[in-house]
Amino acid sequence: MKIGTPKEVFDGEARVAMTPDSALQLQKLGHECLIETGAGAQAGFSDAAYEAAGVTVVKTAASLWKDADIIAKVRQPETAELKRLSADKTLISFFNPAGNEEGMDTAKKKGATVIAMEMVPRISRAQKMDALSSMANIAGYRAVIEAGNNFGRFFTGQVTAAGKVPPAKVLIVGAGVAGLAAIGTSTSLGAITYAFDVRPEVAEQVESMGAEFVYLDFEEEQQDGAATGGYASVSSPEFREAQLAKFRELAPQVDIVITTALIPNREAPKLWLADMVAAMKPGSVIVDLAAEKGGNVEGTVKDEKVVTDNGVTIIGFTDFPSRMAAQSSSLYATNIRHMMTDLTPAKDGVVVHNMEDDVIRGATVTHAGEITFPPPPPKIAAIAAKSKEKPKELTPEEKRAAEVAAFKAATKQQVGVLAIGTILMLIIGAYAPASFMQHFIVFALACFVGFQVIWNVSHSLHTPLMAVTNAISGIVILGALLQVGSSSWLVMILSAISVLIATINIVGGFMVTRRMLAMFQKS
Amino acid sequence: MSLGIVSAAYVAAAVLFILSLGGLSGQESAKRAVWYGIVGMGLAIAATVFGPGMGNYLVILVTVGIGAFLGMQVAGKVEMTEMPQLVAALHSFVGLAAVFIGYNAYLELNAVQSIMADAPSVLRGEGLATWMHENGITGFREKLSHKDDVEISILKVEVFLGVFIGAVTFTGSVIAFGKLAGKVDGKAVKLPGGHLLNASAAILSVILLIMFLNGSGMWTLILMTLLAFFIGYHLIMGIGGADMPVVVSMLNSYSGWAAAAIGFSLGNDLLIVTGALVGSSGAILSYIMCKAMNRSFISVILGGFGGTTGPAMEVEGEQIAIDAEGVAAALDDADSVIIIPGYGMAVAQAQQAVSELTKRLRAKGKDVRFAIHPVAGRLPGHMNVLLAEAKVPYDIVLEMDEINEDFPETDVAIVIGSNDIVNPAAQEDPNSPIAGMPVLECWKAKQVFVSKRGQGTGYSGIENPLFYKENTRMFYGDAKESLNKLLTMIS
Repeated sequence: MKIGTPKEVFDGEARVAMTPDSALQLQKLGHECLIETGAGAQAGFSDAAYEAAGVTVVKTAASLWKDADIIAKVRQPETAELKRLSADKTLISFFNPAGNEEGMDTAKKKGATVIAMEMVPRISRAQKMDALSSMANIAGYRAVIEAGNNFGRFFTGQVTAAGKVPPAKVLIVGAGVAGLAAIGTSTSLGAITYAFDVRPEVAEQVESMGAEFVYLDFEEEQQDGAATGGYASVSSPEFREAQLAKFRELAPQVDIVITTALIPNREAPKLWLADMVAAMKPGSVIVDLAAEKGGNVEGTVKDEKVVTDNGVTIIGFTDFPSRMAAQSSSLYATNIRHMMTDLTPAKDGVVVHNMEDDVIRGATVTHAGEITFPPPPPKIAAIAAKSKEKPKELTPEEKRAAEVAAFKAATKQQVGVLAIGTILMLIIGAYAPASFMQHFIVFALACFVGFQVIWNVSHSLHTPLMAVTNAISGIVILGALLQVGSSSWLVMILSAISVLIATINIVGGFMVTRRMLAMFQKS
Repeated sequence: MSLGIVSAAYVAAAVLFILSLGGLSGQESAKRAVWYGIVGMGLAIAATVFGPGMGNYLVILVTVGIGAFLGMQVAGKVEMTEMPQLVAALHSFVGLAAVFIGYNAYLELNAVQSIMADAPSVLRGEGLATWMHENGITGFREKLSHKDDVEISILKVEVFLGVFIGAVTFTGSVIAFGKLAGKVDGKAVKLPGGHLLNASAAILSVILLIMFLNGSGMWTLILMTLLAFFIGYHLIMGIGGADMPVVVSMLNSYSGWAAAAIGFSLGNDLLIVTGALVGSSGAILSYIMCKAMNRSFISVILGGFGGTTGPAMEVEGEQIAIDAEGVAAALDDADSVIIIPGYGMAVAQAQQAVSELTKRLRAKGKDVRFAIHPVAGRLPGHMNVLLAEAKVPYDIVLEMDEINEDFPETDVAIVIGSNDIVNPAAQEDPNSPIAGMPVLECWKAKQVFVSKRGQGTGYSGIENPLFYKENTRMFYGDAKESLNKLLTMIS
């Protein structure tokens, strides 16, 4: 199949959905790669680099859309782009299906297949194609860099000849992928970093990144992230109050605030209110990563940087990944490449759109002339549940009943074995002479004693056990000793040999056991 | 010494033997338990030698002297890594002795019968006894002469069985010895015809038994011995290296049953009791070993791993190597370490280096423990003995069930020369040949280091997904050399 990537038409978008590296990998899957001329220029990939990687450079967008069977791009396609689709084409890009019914309708009418990268389910297997996470990672990093760019001081504390510099205090609200990336960047720059999230189970992750988790003095419901596919959900009014109170307390102390709180398919919650902004020190910086969905901060202006009256800078950019186009393109292109790997299971350049596959089904929004959004919940739970269901507590009566039943079963089994044993004994006894039976009883009892005794031998002493049993099985020497007095030469020689080797056995076995046991020492 | 005192001594010896085995339930009591065994054995031999009906004291003195000397030599010199070979070799002695004693019993029986046939029919009671003494029927022969026809038939069956088991034990142990000592190829080898050969040899033996009972004579006994030799040889040749713990404990069991069978034919209760104790001990050990591999006794004996039920799970990822510096740094950061030794440690003689590593890490206040899988090594409890030899305190050496739950809280797990016993496929891949076998869940530790000679698979020839896990690093090289290199970096 031919995979083509056009130049992004959205104003200011610098990313590209195919890199020379990803193209090489795609060709290994048996696909042919096309790219519109200049598509990678802003991300630092020249046409020549693509050509060197075996990609055909196409002059115009129109011919690319016409030639390619699969179109991979970054931004949600514009109507003009969608019109270029046809029944045999597949589009892979961000699509925002929840807010883009018009687009889905167009694609449906054209009969094309659309795979929305933001719809890749959050299961372990699909992590390698989770473009939202890879973009969020970049956004988190870039948010700290952007904040630093607008912050007039060092992140790290220093004591220099020219005076002491206090460390910057950074608060990160929302510890999702972007939040965690921001925490990592901020701590590695040396700032004192605090982080908050409504899901208490991420506290461990936050602390593992070197930040301090901000706990609320609040005990009501503990949200279980596993129930919502690893995303945060709406919190109760009481919880929200406790949260805002905590933020109010922190506002005068912190120098940089980065908010990343998003709830799927909703307006971003307002968490950093005007009074908190007002309480911050002049020169402080707020980066609102939720600006696209209305912002977490009161006063955020989408895609702009504003400075408040008290000198606080609020950054509302929504194009952080695009600002690091080289990095984000290579990650996104890899996500696309992994998606293609799943779509071409035989690695023979033939796309198999398997709607039974959780990942492919989840990401597909239109297929074969139908809208397939929203997808059914994936068959595999997104994230391991917080704790396994506790085994059911048995009531005393039930316990008692179970014990009685177990006791009865054990009794039955034992009685059965004993009965069979007795019958066998009786049969033997009926035919064998008395002298044999005497020995046989001794034998049976010895076996019984042996079984009882050996079960208690500790595992670590199994080798000494073997050596000891070896030594005492040298008891056959008794037989040889009894026969050695025979008047027959042959008998005497055979028994003499037996005495010799049995003695080796006895002496060797006991001595080696003693040697071994002497080695076992307690610390 | 009268017969009564001899019997009393036998009872005491039997009790001492039982106490000796029972005492092995703990490391401390075990040291006392060996003495019980030694005293019991001394008592039994002394009572027999000075008991009624004995002769040829000179022969006894010489053979016991030589035997004791050789035994001491062997026991004093053997390396702890060579324990499996030694145990196997000693088993073969019991087997061979059982064969000889069985032969003797039959020869003596014939001698008694031919002499008794000439007995003058006028003699009765005292007179007959005196006549018998004059004709060389004393001691063991006298006992035989009192048997009636049914008892003689039973005696013959007992002799036959004793010789059969003894012969199987003998060749089986010799082959096991050869395999463990590396003198015979450790791979499972079968002659064309496989188990059919064993089965037909066994059936032929049964036919020979019937002929023997009907008085066909010595040649049936000898032919059967040869067949049994063959069965022992072929049975153990067909079993691969990693199943050796089962084989050795099985042979241990056989040597016990052989002794018990001889006890029956000689009418000696002490032999019967001791044989039964040893026999059941070996049987239980075999059972424990089989359970640890999640395999039935039959499938071990039949050799090789069973067919898989489907394609093996594909292993994703790659083996990532690490050098000594990396391991040293990780160990420096770790608070808790679990070491999982396997046969590879014994082969590389790395137990001293392991012990030194343990000592140094413990001196730094780290929690170091050992996890021992029941079938690690080539002998039940093999690893424990090696670690004890290297002076690793036994209270930090734990068995699988005790430690398996602790892996998730462990910082570093070090796998030294083990493979199948740490293979996660046993739990994750229902199609794996070792599916369901209990394994040490070392991959749950935060980090796993695998010390291994190369990239090959384990005994069972199956890929080990552990080596491809994200938290696993491969520390390639000979275990001893790698650890010594590591030791230079940890002070």
